Amino acid sequence: MSETRTIEVDYLARVEGEGAMYVRTEGDRVEEVKLSIFEAPRFFEGFLRGRDFREAPDITARICGICPIAYQMGASLAMEDICGITVDGVLQDLRRLAYCGEWIESHALHVFMLHLPDFLGYPDAVTAAKDHPDMVRNGLRIKKIGNSILRLLGGREIHPVNLRVGGFYRAPTPAEVVGLREELAWGLEAACEVAEFLATLDYPDLERDYEFVSLVHPDEYPITHGRLGSSSGLDAAIRDYDAIFTEEHVAHSNALHSHRSDSGEPVFMGPLARFALNRERLTPRAAELAERAGLGTVCRNPFRSIQVRMIEIVLAFEEALRLVDGYRTAPTEPALPVTPRAGTGFGATEAPRGICYHRYTLDDAGLIADAKIVPPTSVNQPTIEADLRELVQNNLDLPDDELRARCEVTIRNYDPCISCATHFLDLTVERQ
Amino acid sequence: MSREKPTLAVFKFASCDGCQLSLLDCEDELLAVTDRVRIAHFPEASSQRIDGPWDLTLVEGSITTPEAAEQIREIRSASRFLVTIGACATAGGIQALRNFADVEAFTRQVYAHPEYIETLATSDAISQHVPVDFELRGCPIDKYQLLEVISAFLYGRRPQVSNASVCEECKRAGHVCVMVAHGTPCLGPVTHAGCGALCPGCNRGCYGCFGPKETPNAPGLSGQLETLGMDRATRVRFYRTFNAGADAFREESERQESGAAPPEESGNRP
Repeated sequence: MSETRTIEVDYLARVEGEGAMYVRTEGDRVEEVKLSIFEAPRFFEGFLRGRDFREAPDITARICGICPIAYQMGASLAMEDICGITVDGVLQDLRRLAYCGEWIESHALHVFMLHLPDFLGYPDAVTAAKDHPDMVRNGLRIKKIGNSILRLLGGREIHPVNLRVGGFYRAPTPAEVVGLREELAWGLEAACEVAEFLATLDYPDLERDYEFVSLVHPDEYPITHGRLGSSSGLDAAIRDYDAIFTEEHVAHSNALHSHRSDSGEPVFMGPLARFALNRERLTPRAAELAERAGLGTVCRNPFRSIQVRMIEIVLAFEEALRLVDGYRTAPTEPALPVTPRAGTGFGATEAPRGICYHRYTLDDAGLIADAKIVPPTSVNQPTIEADLRELVQNNLDLPDDELRARCEVTIRNYDPCISCATHFLDLTVERQ
Repeated sequence: MSREKPTLAVFKFASCDGCQLSLLDCEDELLAVTDRVRIAHFPEASSQRIDGPWDLTLVEGSITTPEAAEQIREIRSASRFLVTIGACATAGGIQALRNFADVEAFTRQVYAHPEYIETLATSDAISQHVPVDFELRGCPIDKYQLLEVISAFLYGRRPQVSNASVCEECKRAGHVCVMVAHGTPCLGPVTHAGCGALCPGCNRGCYGCFGPKETPNAPGLSGQLETLGMDRATRVRFYRTFNAGADAFREESERQESGAAPPEESGNRP
């Protein structure tokens, strides 16, 4: 008779939101893997119906306290798509600068406070600070610089108030923007040092043949816009998203699972995907660090996502410095005028965790008739489960505690934002 | 110092994680805070968990499921002081929009298999289920007010958090009144202080994310909004965002919806 073994984590730590894991093995076979998202359902699409199109950025921000810009900007882009306007020039530069702030803040939270403790062997960053005070202090300072960009451009770090359909309510003065420069310059150097340090750590081996999906843009590393691209040759407009991906409601998750509509296969979104598809558009320092870290042109080991996240922090600092230096005069108007019209529009940006897709339909008074939002964590769920399956299968000889810890890190590799995915996650491993 | 540090626990219910993130956003103060309190339960930040009882418990999020209603009672009984952080925990948050609608209909809109979903018909404030020692407002909370709450707890005093209106903060900040000068609708006169009048500082009207102040005159404000040309449906929505379940905003949105006359004493002054 084969032995049944279960490995469970009933409340995942150091992830955003509430989830659990359950793995069951029979003898030397993994029989069942579930990443359960038990966070209470949050009905945002329902709440958006009947609201004015201008309310969408403020309402959707409340989906996530960690990446509100991703929601505000995705909603704004979709509304602008419907209304037939394009935000470009200096307003677009300010949007990219704000988004760099969110990447720095969110990535630094994950790298220093949620993920790095795993590789240094601590339960949290506060405990790690006793032995690595400079690392943790510098990490907090890097995070704070991201937040200071958001504070200037958004009014506050969490649920910024200054972003709107068409641009901003108030444009910052050049003097205010240049005030960011000194800390950004410090942050760039500090981030480069951390990236070098991360290259010296040992990472578990796990490589699978993912289909990486990210936005791609001919001129820049994708943050605020682009086309849909993939490592299997996908090249499509954002408006084709719904034809390419299908969402499915499974019993163990309050977050819908996504897969390719044609093959039924899951895909991988986030830093590793952006890196794989946009390697040649990295900024100079980021490219140099990636080279020195030996990440190659594609990195398929999700445990190394912490390194790629750090390289994206370097990139965000370089971009922020460029945008700060380029901001010589405030725009004449802080936002383009927007007149609503009936129609359906699409918007997608690269949230820190991957593509965040929005689709809205408006009536001719500008009220929302229909809304659909797909956050990256929702898309990554089946990929995380497949990683767990492979990891457990390859490490059946490990004792339960060690295997459970390894499973938790496997989930953290994706920086899952369960609150975004709108559901609660609970980890249980059952071994038979 | 030999005395054990007091323990801090952080729990979440239906929410965006933003209010508990405010603690981690105290980049300059976090390590000083953890010098004085021991983080005993904060799953978003630590995989180490120490069972209760806890000295100070911060609760984010609203109660929207039968399990949550059960769990908050257990948390309360294991907590010396329980403080709610943010609009969800304090007033039901944006999730309270369901209180005005048919939840089954919402579930069908978002989820293909509504039978997998277990949810309550309302999104409740924590205080509707258990006694609460202090309620910190905001969507999200202000991190400096959170530090004040933690400090006050450590020194055994009440938190010094202003219960004035956003208008008062706005005047003190020296902003031009967006409603008087530009005719921009603003909830500042009826909204609880705490944000520092951020929105008027960005040339936009306050949207009430800190919820109603004490004794607001919402009917008076609604009269002014109407004078500015805001139609009735928009006025209903104006009160129904992130604190839709807070009494004063709920009552005024319902009064606007029904078209009832303002109560006698309201006058036209917010």
